[in-house]
Amino acid sequence: MSITAMTSKEVTLKIFNREKLFILDVRNEGDFQDWKIEGENFTHLNVPYFDLLDGVEGILDQIPGDEEILVVCAKEGSSIFVAEMLSEKGLNVSYLQGGMKTWSEHLEPVKVGDLQDGGEIYQFVRIGKGCLSYMAISNGEAAIIDSTRMTEVYTDFAKKMGATIKHVFDTHLHADHISGGRTIAEQTGATYWLPPKDAEEVTFSYSRLEEGNDVWIGHTKIAIQPVYSPGHTIGSTSFVIDDRYLLTGDILFIDSIGRPDLAGKAEDWVVDLRETLYKRYQELSDELIVLPAHFMIVEELNENGSVSEKLGALYARNHGLNIENEADFRKAVTENLPPQPNAYEEIRETNMGKINPDIEKQREMEIGPNRCAVR
Amino acid sequence: MEPIKTNMLVDAKGLACPMPIVRTKKAMNELEPGKVIEVHATDKGSRADIQAWAKSSGHQYLGTIEEGEVLKHYLRKSSGEEKEEIKHPHVIDNEELTKKINNQENILLLDVREAAEYAFNHIPGAKSIPLGELDEKMAEFEKSETIYVVCRTGNRSDLAAQKLTSNGFENVINVMPGMSNWSGPVDSNK
Repeated sequence: MSITAMTSKEVTLKIFNREKLFILDVRNEGDFQDWKIEGENFTHLNVPYFDLLDGVEGILDQIPGDEEILVVCAKEGSSIFVAEMLSEKGLNVSYLQGGMKTWSEHLEPVKVGDLQDGGEIYQFVRIGKGCLSYMAISNGEAAIIDSTRMTEVYTDFAKKMGATIKHVFDTHLHADHISGGRTIAEQTGATYWLPPKDAEEVTFSYSRLEEGNDVWIGHTKIAIQPVYSPGHTIGSTSFVIDDRYLLTGDILFIDSIGRPDLAGKAEDWVVDLRETLYKRYQELSDELIVLPAHFMIVEELNENGSVSEKLGALYARNHGLNIENEADFRKAVTENLPPQPNAYEEIRETNMGKINPDIEKQREMEIGPNRCAVR
Repeated sequence: MEPIKTNMLVDAKGLACPMPIVRTKKAMNELEPGKVIEVHATDKGSRADIQAWAKSSGHQYLGTIEEGEVLKHYLRKSSGEEKEEIKHPHVIDNEELTKKINNQENILLLDVREAAEYAFNHIPGAKSIPLGELDEKMAEFEKSETIYVVCRTGNRSDLAAQKLTSNGFENVINVMPGMSNWSGPVDSNK
């Protein structure tokens, strides 16, 4: 039997299509428990490769004979090593090309809807980390929101769509991933917008993203209206695009809400977060389609792999929007929080331009799940 | 910084996983129990993996030193010493020794673990004399002096205490269990 490489894209489509997959993850137990590939119909077995150096005989009875099998490791070397041994035992197996390192970087563009003038809005699903970024295209002009550091994916996509990138936004200073916003702006001549309250310490020039200053793309003027919505950071700003889509950044997710502690100011920002979720967003139309900057669990994915829901539906269902008592709310968002994202302080400094780690270091800083939410 | 004395070196620089551990495992097979191996690797993932591997295979992970791009991992081969019986009659427990140290009593404390174990973690002021070097170095001490002997679990220090006693040292005390359960002050050369 021979072994084959499975790409991150193929695995992503299996998640979107709710297919079955048996994953033998050969990373060490700690890394596996911290972060793994999840799909609704995926099953897992974690046995570190170093426990299989003398052979795979000991685990054969735990591997199903009638399912597709994928061996996964950090960078691919160990998964090939283990896959080859399984193949010698007569099993048909694949390994994840590039390992979790490549998985962490894979972006899958999914169309989330049309704009009124014929334009379109796309969501870029970073399936391995749960990060979501966006591109709105209208009449040959594009705007990008919350881009990751894999900037070529966006610039290539815009090119394919025949659009010129005019505006690049970050809804806030990110702590879980390195922003590609500044790089894209530099490469394309686009304007880079940041909320000034999050940008006090940045080392580069930017345009001030403030409520009331609408930005337009396309000839028929698609409005991108900033809505000041502090709470995850003091500057956090949402966007209403084309009067239909509400991009909530890290303030509101489908099944959870933003956490206020990643800049060390949980106590200060709880009040802002409450105000944004229970007052400012309440005043917006229930019909707005919420497009968040993250998802946490695969159950949040829609049929086509996108992540979105009407604001009204979230007010009905999202636990974080239904905590009547203010003291209970404070407790929910400041106590028993999940661990902070890997290297979040260094990531913030990188996004401020204070440090310039090389690409290997950036990959290492971003490894793992995003953990920006409170459920 | 002085280089740490080890018994074997595995050069896995430039090799991607799984090779650093494949090489280490092979080298371990040739090493005597209780001896220390040093693994040089450039694969960053080797730090977590070698610790996890040591844990699952029963070896003792001592620590890692980062020198530029190179990670130097230190491991001690499992020795099965946990099973041995303590024979030296004079012992002190960790808590009592901690009290003496906190009271700033002037005590002579010998750490008989391997040099690499000592380098990563030892009691301040302890003198490093690995068990294998005790014969040649015991002449440095007065036979009437009170000598406390410590190791990781109390077995090597028991052997050291017996050896010192049979060589005429009159006041030798074994620290039980030793560094494996030590919560008092520690120093590191790293």
